[in-house]
Amino acid sequence: MEVLTQKERRIKMQLSCPMPKLDFEVITLGHGSGGLLTNRLLDSGVFDLLKNDMLDQRHDGATLNLSGPTAFTTDSFVISPIFFPGGNIGELAVNGTVNDLAMCGAIPEFLSLSFIIEEGLTMQEFWDILVAIKFACEQAGVKVVTGDTKVVERGKGDKIFINTTGVGRLHAQAQISSTRVKAGDKIIVSDQLATHGIAIMSVREGLEFETTIESDTRNLNHVVKALLDDFGPNIHLLRDPTRGGVGTVLTEIARDTQLGIDIAQRNIPMDEQVQGACEILGLDPLYVANEGIFIAIVAAEVADDMVQKMQASEHCRHAMIIGEVTEDHPRQVVLTSGIGGKRVVNMLVGEQLPRIC
Amino acid sequence: MKFLTEYRDPEVAQRYLEEIKKTVTRPWTIMEVCGGQTHSLVKNGILNMLPEEINMVHGPGCPVCVTPLNLIDKAVYLAEEKNVILCSFGDMLRVPGSEKSLLEAKANGADIRILYSPLEAVKIAEEHPDRQVVFFAVGFETTAPANALSVVHAHRMGLDNYSILASHVLVPPAIEALVSDEECNVEGFLAAGHVCTIMGMQEYYPLVEKFNVPIVITGFEPVDILQGILMTVQQLERGEAQLENQYARMVRENGNPKAMETIYEVFDVTDRMWRGMDVIPSSGYQVKAQYENFDARKKFAVNIPEAPENEECIAGAIMKGIKKPFECPNFGTKCKPENPLGAPMVSSEGACAAYYHFSDMINQLTPQAV
Repeated sequence: MEVLTQKERRIKMQLSCPMPKLDFEVITLGHGSGGLLTNRLLDSGVFDLLKNDMLDQRHDGATLNLSGPTAFTTDSFVISPIFFPGGNIGELAVNGTVNDLAMCGAIPEFLSLSFIIEEGLTMQEFWDILVAIKFACEQAGVKVVTGDTKVVERGKGDKIFINTTGVGRLHAQAQISSTRVKAGDKIIVSDQLATHGIAIMSVREGLEFETTIESDTRNLNHVVKALLDDFGPNIHLLRDPTRGGVGTVLTEIARDTQLGIDIAQRNIPMDEQVQGACEILGLDPLYVANEGIFIAIVAAEVADDMVQKMQASEHCRHAMIIGEVTEDHPRQVVLTSGIGGKRVVNMLVGEQLPRIC
Repeated sequence: MKFLTEYRDPEVAQRYLEEIKKTVTRPWTIMEVCGGQTHSLVKNGILNMLPEEINMVHGPGCPVCVTPLNLIDKAVYLAEEKNVILCSFGDMLRVPGSEKSLLEAKANGADIRILYSPLEAVKIAEEHPDRQVVFFAVGFETTAPANALSVVHAHRMGLDNYSILASHVLVPPAIEALVSDEECNVEGFLAAGHVCTIMGMQEYYPLVEKFNVPIVITGFEPVDILQGILMTVQQLERGEAQLENQYARMVRENGNPKAMETIYEVFDVTDRMWRGMDVIPSSGYQVKAQYENFDARKKFAVNIPEAPENEECIAGAIMKGIKKPFECPNFGTKCKPENPLGAPMVSSEGACAAYYHFSDMINQLTPQAV
């Protein structure tokens, strides 16, 4: 059977989900009123996209049957622009919460999904977002079991905000905790850095530049589960370096564990185009946002095997060991530059602002 | 990546370092003029690799750092005018004014946009004929051509809602002011490669001659900087003072004539106040009278009283290379990037911020705070 890439699978789904004929083109305040218009929106076939037995009950909430240790997380998505190369806010909202659960060592199962829509969003835009949500849910194997839609006046939002909350049972072998990180552990990044942040920048107003860079937004739960199956307790910590990037997450880990971290610039995997964009824009890739990568801190003895296994999976082709945990320089992340100099990596203050020249 | 990887080659860098070590026989104080070079020195960990005889001091070449307080106040005032869209390069936004920064004004509702090019601001002006668009045109000679070009474009398009708040500063007069300062002990300079890419080399010969000080026009990658330092040290050890060009792949003797032509079309030279360094004669550009419709200073007649600088900030001594950031009692304690007392702590090109972000000194000072 032919194996499709994520992009091809996504296009295939888009083609198989054309928007139903509706008697309105734009979402207005009434669609969030809870009254007739809301029901028309719900009945229009729009929400059939996310159909499942639990959602179909249309109750005030979902009843879950959970047992054993369960992870629970929430995230809100306010990205601008809402459509960007490689995806839109819809799949970001699913993948973000799915990946947060995966980082806890959990198997994501159920999501809630809330929209805050600014009136004026076109039905086509909303539809495209929903298709992306459906796609991301199918890829991750999760169900949306409850949700909410509110509409706010024009100027009171930014097209659409999405909140998702997720639950998932912990993997039986998972023992993920910063207290388990110890000196000698290896630090692995699962794929190339800074791709999402640069893809977003490339379409921001005032910064548009031509590139083929696409966001790396994707679900990481399957690869994490496979790694937990094989390496279980040897995986000490998992983090996804979204906002703030790899640099910020590593400084947080050093602070929380009271240990030092050494990383080597030359081992950090980066796409050449992304690297070039960072150079031109004056941004440090260590602080640029990611959506489809994770950092794993693992026992040294399994690190090489784990990287090999990761490199063979679809979403971790460029996995690399970028450094290790050390007892030297506690609470500090030290980077060895390309030419062999050393410097400290500190936490970013506020947003990374482009330099003048 | 072509033209970058070669200049970040660890083996080549090592060879230059060894050559520097072999050449140096006594202590030398060398200033890198440009903030981009400061950033690269610290980011690549070069400061810790150099032999201890080489004392690198960090010059005034950070446009964010030297933009006067009063001008920030003016920009904030303009941004808060209801009908103004203020466009700026990103790192100007965090610089503290006497009351607030542009970032704070933005949070309070001012329409402030971060751009990479002033031509984008012209586009915004074209799209918003009912709004006044002001571009905060700061920077050295490097950004002057694009800023001038934006005025030329706006003029050609007949836009009457575009203007620039210009505060350009020039490198050679600053070097002259520095070497003339009694407290300054700089013995050799790495001049700013990108400034010279625009302006060429000719302004620097008189400086070398008059002050008998070596100047090496230098690039920004680690290998560039190491080679620039080596060339400076070689001159110093030989007792020579010449102008040399390490950045020959970019810098021509006559610079970029087209860019200079654009600059002189729109700007003329004026005295300019440098934050922390006072007024330096003939050290800046102002918009020429014939383009005064595009000069925000004239267009909006903003009269904001000069506010005193924060007395606790030793930015002047930092930018003249008299003091190192960690020699300031407030470094990393009272003064941090999230709450800067002065501009060098704001931009990543500012010496204080570069030290703060990339060095371990801060952790030694405040083990709990980081």
